[in-house]
Amino acid sequence: MSLFQVFDIASSAMTAQSIRLNATASNLANADSATSSTGQPYRAKQVVFSATQMTQNQPLAVGVKVAAVSEDSSPPRLVYDPKNPLADAKGYVAMPNVDVVEEMTNMIAASRSYQTNADMMNTAKTLLQHTLQLGQS
Amino acid sequence: MFSKLDSEFATSRAALHLRDLRQEVIASNIANADTPGYKARDFDFAQAMKDVMSAKQPAGALQMTVTDPRHISTSPRQSLEVALMYRNDVQPSIDGNTVDMNTEMANFADNALRYQASLSFAQQQVAGLRSALQSQ
Repeated sequence: MSLFQVFDIASSAMTAQSIRLNATASNLANADSATSSTGQPYRAKQVVFSATQMTQNQPLAVGVKVAAVSEDSSPPRLVYDPKNPLADAKGYVAMPNVDVVEEMTNMIAASRSYQTNADMMNTAKTLLQHTLQLGQS
Repeated sequence: MFSKLDSEFATSRAALHLRDLRQEVIASNIANADTPGYKARDFDFAQAMKDVMSAKQPAGALQMTVTDPRHISTSPRQSLEVALMYRNDVQPSIDGNTVDMNTEMANFADNALRYQASLSFAQQQVAGLRSALQSQ
């Protein structure tokens, strides 16, 4: 029964989307973290999805896996605040390169995708339940 | 009578299996809606069904030895291979992903419904056999 594979596919996508949601949460939480344990401002983290075959000899079932969590390499946002102890000689403080608008859209997209996959699982469950009742009067 | 049960259910079984496979393919498409470079795939159900129903014995298929003509033939099921094709993209996104969520969701619901329809047909076949077996 390859309907069981739908569960694997949907759950792989749900895992991937929840990792993306995690990254978004940490980006939004650290949107103002001007320094960290390395002394550098926080850098936005982005997840990279890649399609992956669920089983060796089944080319039909393609799930999702998180290939990498990469750090956004765009330059930090410079804020003029000469009173800040982290300010450089010109009075600018390097703030994290988190784009709050981008993160919010990411969050919505991730949660919608998660819901879609949960729906998909529900449909597969209904179909399987009906199949199990086949032949019973 | 019982040797004919197999052919009695052959159509339903093939239809259910292909619907099952298609559900899986569409599930893969929906799961990969955010994967960069993923190309949405699908197969032609009508063509696949036609192929399965008219399929001849694949070359090199293992066959059990039959020592008596009354033995039930044991022709192995042809593997239900389907020809996957890439979907024509409607609105290709910049990351190379061609999954169109509307199309996929519509196909998913449509396929699920048709799976249930095939299932009801199979159910009716069972009910028919059941009533034929009962003494009146």
